[in-house]
Amino acid sequence: MSDDEHPLEQFTCPAPLPAQDKVLLGHGSGGRLSAELLRKVFLPAFQNPALNCLNDQALVSVDGVRLAFTTDSFVVRPLFFPGGDIGSLAVYGTINDLAMGGAEPLFLSAAFILEEGLPLDTLHQVVASFSRAAQEAGVEVVTGDTKVVEKGKGDGLFINTSGIGRVPPGINLSADQARPGDRIILSGSMGEHGMAILSQREGLEFESPIASDCAPLHTLVAAMLAASPAIRCLRDPTRGGLSSALNEIAAQSRVGMVLEESAIPIQEAVRGACELLGLDPLYVANEGKLVAVVDAGQAERILSATRVHPLGKQAQIIGRITEANPGLVTMRTSLGTTRIVDMLSGDQLPRIC
Amino acid sequence: MKYIDEYRDATVARALLGEITRRVTRPWVLMEICGGQTHTLMRYGIDELLPPQIELVHGPGCPVCVTPLEIIDKAIAIASLPNVTLVSYGDMLRVPGSHSDLYHVKAGGGDVRVAYSPMEALKIARSNPERRVVFLGIGFETTAPANAMAVWQGAREGLKNFSMLASQVLVPPAIRMLLESPQHRVQGFIAPGHVCTVMGYEEYAELSRVFHVPMVVGGFEPVDLLEAISMLVAQLEGGRAEVENQYVRSVAREGNHPAQEIMARVFEVCDRKWRGLGLIPRSGLKLRAEFAAFDAERVFDIAAEDVEEPAECISAQVLQGLKKPLDCPAFGGRCTPARPLGAPMVSAEGACAAYYQYRRHAAGRL
Repeated sequence: MSDDEHPLEQFTCPAPLPAQDKVLLGHGSGGRLSAELLRKVFLPAFQNPALNCLNDQALVSVDGVRLAFTTDSFVVRPLFFPGGDIGSLAVYGTINDLAMGGAEPLFLSAAFILEEGLPLDTLHQVVASFSRAAQEAGVEVVTGDTKVVEKGKGDGLFINTSGIGRVPPGINLSADQARPGDRIILSGSMGEHGMAILSQREGLEFESPIASDCAPLHTLVAAMLAASPAIRCLRDPTRGGLSSALNEIAAQSRVGMVLEESAIPIQEAVRGACELLGLDPLYVANEGKLVAVVDAGQAERILSATRVHPLGKQAQIIGRITEANPGLVTMRTSLGTTRIVDMLSGDQLPRIC
Repeated sequence: MKYIDEYRDATVARALLGEITRRVTRPWVLMEICGGQTHTLMRYGIDELLPPQIELVHGPGCPVCVTPLEIIDKAIAIASLPNVTLVSYGDMLRVPGSHSDLYHVKAGGGDVRVAYSPMEALKIARSNPERRVVFLGIGFETTAPANAMAVWQGAREGLKNFSMLASQVLVPPAIRMLLESPQHRVQGFIAPGHVCTVMGYEEYAELSRVFHVPMVVGGFEPVDLLEAISMLVAQLEGGRAEVENQYVRSVAREGNHPAQEIMARVFEVCDRKWRGLGLIPRSGLKLRAEFAAFDAERVFDIAAEDVEEPAECISAQVLQGLKKPLDCPAFGGRCTPARPLGAPMVSAEGACAAYYQYRRHAAGRL
């Protein structure tokens, strides 16, 4: 049961509660506040069967052809970061949203919102990176738009991309299909994108070898599906990290999850940086990883296929789906005890001691 | 990762658990003081592993939790003024004051920034001479030296646009108050390792002697805490009551002298109100008169209103170890981290928030 649905809440509220009458940064964190915004503002306004599935992409059918359709906006700061930039990220992010539906990405749109005063050289670099990433991924940028806003009304450069892909017959991936007994496969180590960005942020610069993992995942998905169609759902753990992706699946499928802490790969440098800053890598964003819920009997086969792909070398089975505790993600710690892996309430904030 | 992995080692942890189980012959109530320690105990489920005779209760050592509402209200009022930049440790942003929180001030156009160090605030003040930069200086003896250093440095540079809203608190007076309470049931303490890194543990030796209660300075990893519990059980079962140091890789008996010196130069001891516990004599630090120009309370002259806490919240009993978070009927329903009723639910290190984050499934409070 979510906090808001508690039957007693309407009767008593003696607390000095802040009225949430404004958009907060936490509403964009991919955690509980983001979900609340979706549930209270967007879904009531737009609801329809395709949207209500709440997957990373909508599955629609046109004259018998099944298409995946998605859109995503990119506001990353800084524009250039170790391992990537806003241009390639805008391509990969949308490709990955399509790929999580099992789709073969075909076409992208590119909308640029530019702030007056942005150096043209910066724009050239971003567009070149965008174009290179699209070519390498085999998708065409077939339409676009440019808007310029006054100095101070934007933050240099924002990009929106939408994408269309074709879903092969027989493929039907959705976050509401996880079943008790299923296994959870993670394609690689957690937290590199978020920590690479954080290491560059003003006031927090620290030297680190961490590079963003941003990469297009559609060929990995194709390889996994070729190994076995017994994949129930795929998610790329971006904003809100692995915890948000798994909590969403657990909620939509009404199942529980038990993870093994020791099975989740995390790079030494990411662990170190997270320890230093008081962050949990399971809540940190990734841009080139996926998590798959698969039939238990096919799990080893799918895992092997994942590990053969360059983006899935470190793949692991990190846990399983349970009937118990529907909607709840739990983790067996290294000491053999169990704890909750909760969704973020807002932004993950550093602790002070 | 060196200095981390060996203190999370399951084999070592199991050996220590065996040692505790062999040693214990009757029930003991132990308190960890620091919220960071509570967090580790909950995250790793250490209380589930201990023999049933050991009861852990959680202390008042969460700096964000015990910061009085009045200070948060003042910070919100100051941050809402034009031309002010308020810089804070991240945790403080979502702590609700009486009517709002710093996140909402930020959303309303206020310039509120998160920093890992008060020296960041100095940097902002230097490069923005037209803005009044205020650092929200809260915390225990752990944050006090760095906060003091920022003020001292600001004074040395003659910065005219930097000040600190200081609400520092001290651990030993809170333990003393707890032990003087006739209701108290704590028989042994895990003393706060990071506070002792700064202050040393002479003060805890004195408390141990006066109240005849064992104290072990403990670290923050599972193995640290299990070792500290084992040392406490050994003392209790052996009828000893003294101070011992488990966290030797960080803590020296006399503490860190330069850190203590800068604290003493900038701050002086004062009475301080703790959220959930009330006024504790000589339990806080305030800026000395010679640094008045850097004292945000004087610079901004914001009136403090006495604010009532919700009557339903049992945080005073939780912070004294008299009750556990799960004893509270509001826990997990009317009181959650998103909508906290009281102090221990507001910060990740508060006892109620730690139970909520890691353990509410055990209590069926979903």
